[in-house]
Amino acid sequence: MSKFHVSTTVNGDTVEYLCDPRETLLDCLRDKLNLTGAKEGCGTGDCGACSVTVDGRLVCSCLMLGVEADGKQIETVEGIAEGDVLHPLQKKFIEHAALQCGICTPGILVAAKSLLEKNPNPTEEETRYWLAGNLCRCTGYDKIIRAVMETAEELREAS
Amino acid sequence: MALDDRKTQFTFVGTRPDRPDGLDKVTGRAKFGADISAPGMLHGAILRSPHAHARIVKIDTSKAEAHKDVKAVVTRADFAELPFQPGLEGEFWNVLENVMAGEKALYDGHAVAAVAATSALAARDALKLIEVEYEVLPHVTDVDKAMAPDAPVIREGAADYSVPEGMHPNIVRYHESGHGDVEAGFAEADLVIEDSFVTEATHQGYIEPHACLGMLGNDGKGELWCTTQGHWIAQKTCAALLGIETSQLRVTASEIGGGFGGKTTVFIEPVALALSRKANRPVKIVMTRSEVFRATGPTSSASMDIKIGMKKDGTISAAQGVFRLQGGAFPGAPGDMTAMCAFAPYNLTNVSQIGYDVMANRPKQAAYRAPGAPMGAFAVESVIDELCKKLGLDPVDVRLKNAAHEGTKASYGPTYERIGLVETLEAAKAHPHYSAPLKPGQGRGISCGFWFNHGGETSVSLALSEDGSAQLMVGTPDIGGSRASMALMAAEVLGIPYENIRVTIADTATLGYNDVSHGSRVTYASGLATIKAAKHAVEKLCERAAASWGIPADAVKWENGCAIPSGPNAGDFDPRPLADITAHMGQTGGPISGHFEATPEGAGVSFGTHIVDAEVDPETGKTAITRYTVIQDAGKAIHPTYVEGQYQGGAAQGIGWALNEEYVYGDDGRLQNSIFLDYRIPVASDLPMIDTVIVEVPNPGHPFGVRGVGETGIVPPLAAIANAVSHAAGVRMKQLPMSPPRILAALKDNG
Amino acid sequence: MDYHSPASFAEASALAANATGITRFLAGGTDVLVQLRSELVTPDTLIDIKKIDGVRDINCNANGSWTLGVAATGAEMSEHPDLGRDWPGVVEAMDLIGSTQVQGRATLTGNLCNGSPAADSVPAMVAAGVTVTVTGPDGDREVAVEDIPIGPGKTSLVQGELISAVHIPARGDNGGDAYLRFIPRTEMDIAVVGVGVNLRLDGDTVTEARVSLGAVAPTVLLVEDCAKSIIGSTLDDAALDTLAAAASAACNPIDDKRGTIAFRTEVAGVLAKRAAKIAYARAKGEQA
Repeated sequence: MSKFHVSTTVNGDTVEYLCDPRETLLDCLRDKLNLTGAKEGCGTGDCGACSVTVDGRLVCSCLMLGVEADGKQIETVEGIAEGDVLHPLQKKFIEHAALQCGICTPGILVAAKSLLEKNPNPTEEETRYWLAGNLCRCTGYDKIIRAVMETAEELREAS
Repeated sequence: MALDDRKTQFTFVGTRPDRPDGLDKVTGRAKFGADISAPGMLHGAILRSPHAHARIVKIDTSKAEAHKDVKAVVTRADFAELPFQPGLEGEFWNVLENVMAGEKALYDGHAVAAVAATSALAARDALKLIEVEYEVLPHVTDVDKAMAPDAPVIREGAADYSVPEGMHPNIVRYHESGHGDVEAGFAEADLVIEDSFVTEATHQGYIEPHACLGMLGNDGKGELWCTTQGHWIAQKTCAALLGIETSQLRVTASEIGGGFGGKTTVFIEPVALALSRKANRPVKIVMTRSEVFRATGPTSSASMDIKIGMKKDGTISAAQGVFRLQGGAFPGAPGDMTAMCAFAPYNLTNVSQIGYDVMANRPKQAAYRAPGAPMGAFAVESVIDELCKKLGLDPVDVRLKNAAHEGTKASYGPTYERIGLVETLEAAKAHPHYSAPLKPGQGRGISCGFWFNHGGETSVSLALSEDGSAQLMVGTPDIGGSRASMALMAAEVLGIPYENIRVTIADTATLGYNDVSHGSRVTYASGLATIKAAKHAVEKLCERAAASWGIPADAVKWENGCAIPSGPNAGDFDPRPLADITAHMGQTGGPISGHFEATPEGAGVSFGTHIVDAEVDPETGKTAITRYTVIQDAGKAIHPTYVEGQYQGGAAQGIGWALNEEYVYGDDGRLQNSIFLDYRIPVASDLPMIDTVIVEVPNPGHPFGVRGVGETGIVPPLAAIANAVSHAAGVRMKQLPMSPPRILAALKDNG
Repeated sequence: MDYHSPASFAEASALAANATGITRFLAGGTDVLVQLRSELVTPDTLIDIKKIDGVRDINCNANGSWTLGVAATGAEMSEHPDLGRDWPGVVEAMDLIGSTQVQGRATLTGNLCNGSPAADSVPAMVAAGVTVTVTGPDGDREVAVEDIPIGPGKTSLVQGELISAVHIPARGDNGGDAYLRFIPRTEMDIAVVGVGVNLRLDGDTVTEARVSLGAVAPTVLLVEDCAKSIIGSTLDDAALDTLAAAASAACNPIDDKRGTIAFRTEVAGVLAKRAAKIAYARAKGEQA
């Protein structure tokens, strides 16, 4: 079975890998690029722990083949902070204890960042529905939703 | 712990600092179970039975072994031979039988063979080359059917001494307890209600599948990295299952992506080690989500009969319960726990409870957050609610009237020390939620809940550095922010800033034995151990200061991070801060450390009261939770934000269990819903904000008053929600989950 | 598994026509990858159609009808400034599928070709009278959406055929559509029952109607009796009751992990009423 050569951009870096066409983008990020921030919680697009953006669009990296990433711009949780400066969402998640075990956190941060880029002033309901594909089993979502909405408020005040 | 050792005024405890591992966890840097690799690593995969119950006639692995990418294949023959014993006496045998089937496959998903290959894809492909010949046997998955005389026998001889003669062999443990005379009590009652309840099995639903990386040489020395709630139990169990010495296997716990009790045992870890021993290379195994559902521990399903008598004034005159719990094809279903917890919130003159542990063709149950307690609470608190309704009594008042307090003889035997149930009920009554108006179609429910909490074997080590910082090594994996709590307690004793303490979850080679992170024990037991270890270090700090001042050690005390003379008679010396002492420790006697190894026994039982509002669509049977309040006694909240988080998480899991989560088996005995699409845990849009009230009634068994908070929060929700839904729908719901088809059917039956 | 990314539908069709074993077309992949990963379906040939020109386009034609490329995602449909104004039921049905993440990839065509009777967008498309262009070795043909699925997981497409465009009719005056589904949670579930309603009014009276049901039979149903029960009415309570009864009567569901026969049959009627009211309000130009 021949492998495919893929050139793509991840968090601004040009990267290349060889992949079997059956391997998902998530497999490639984790196993070939050693970017293990995105997690595989289900492999069926139901939990969102593998969330990344592809050309600015929020997707589950478990529902996309590695070979499809050729020529795309991919952003993962590892690219959210700018150097040593955490994104406001990252700071707020720590401050609010919006994580317990932390396994869903990378996906939720990627998804929440995508929300705030599209909708700087989401209602609680909009935030909950946007994040409905990001399962968290620890928190009951309360502190997550508060962290996202407070970050949105802070970003609005700052701009 | 002596009372004079207790502390009530705090500097650090009770504050809400950022968790020490926060940065790692928001940047993707934290290493969870599947986030590691090793040079030369192989990938393992496990072949699983498609049958609920089948004799394994033959396994032919030759084609898989011949595949060029396959480096090892293992079956049961590659593990140690362990003695079979009844009940839980032979738990290593039970775990081995679950990890890799012997003569029979006992449930859909039971492991029968495994391969290690050069890639994950190759390993999965190679599984298809293994040929297994099965003789399919009759199966049973329902608890009541598994107890029936004609039920297929899962395993002869599995019942232990507790089971009375004449019961079906699938009944493997039996519990009976209580006090008083229930028949006399029922005779005194003005109203007796007797009813039956059913709950389906649910899964812990942690988002991180089981994952491990094992390396074992034929010299009997090994290394294991795994996601676990307890790496010492993993060490001990893997060593037993592989026939090696415990100390020769070093186990490192990864960051853990949720456990809730489900990661307190081993599944894939011994398999990875067995494959590694055969291939002489490291082997990584990561479960798929479907494997997690099919082959790791769900909770038990339950069938229960409750009878409660009440007087017109709300006094419970007698209470009786029979609790039948199905825990898969192995002993261990917590029928005893269910029985002991069910009536524990109440001060009862006459109480009787029976618990059954029943085997069926399902995966081996594992602990799930207060294992056994939520089901019993659902049944009991539903009947109490119905009694209140029929007698026209306020449900909080009735619970207050019957509430257990200090000195009450508990339904399961002991006499309570200081407990906080009454305080949670009073807080519930005073909470604006309890008196808020309801909209049409809504109902309100309340419930109390109890959990024992646990101490457990605990080791902690604390070392001071020259610059005055401290490193704390604990052995309980941090599932929900416990590093922060440990650092707060150490800071409180040492008197140095929280940020100056680095908390590490030590591996099995660097610390003595630690029980699993379970039983709500981490903040209690590792916390107590941390306090003791820090005090141990403080003693040495005081000794060094005393020596430098030329006064006796007992003339020095520790205050605000400094050694000071204990009184005017001890002499007049300037306080010596911790960093001043440690700066010279190399010259004054060497390194200063503190440690603690023991089994703290004063965990302190815990109670909570929940208030919930639910709205039911009468045309579709769909329920929305519109408001939720958790009130629970924490003893002392070390980091209140993470205590709230435990309360909220317990409530959310309870909402899932009450409304939509269930294991669905087909007539063929196969699990029908082994993905998150159809095993429906609550999503963000399903839930309201979850309000919390932290009640603090100090636990006399902890220096700072801590009671565990992790588990009690899942005990009241099933009942509280069932009560709310039953009021909203106008019909008593007796089966969980209260899925829309069940509610709609109940509404139709009710006319 | 062979992976191809052809540059034209003709090329894609030729690849599929000449392939042996199992062939799957890859658009959003939200079904194909799940099946691949769970080893339910491991295609021998996977043909990614996203490199074909125009597959992500959403165009309004001169006559008011719409043509959608087969890889236009749910997110792109929802974000389109005009499509949802004309066909809110179709857009909302698509938007109900999966999470925000799934919306970033999932397509109408994929939802249709997966052949699930519970596919959310399909009842909405059937009610709206959507057709698709099927490209095959012998050229193109137009097919009504209701004629694509022939059973669970099965479509009427033959080897070498694939859908190359989706056509939504012009909305026209005084029309409205709606789709409602029942799921146990608020998101992330497969429909237990789905109902699509598309109607047109003359004054207060329904003059045209199409009503479709999902997840209550082996394929999505277009139910004539439902349409008849409201045509000529002002959607009064009597008409709604007849509609509900007709919807329930048309159901031929199964008991499964997601719902029971009794539940599906009952709720089909409930949702038919609710969806009809929304479509009616929309046809009257009201917000719904």
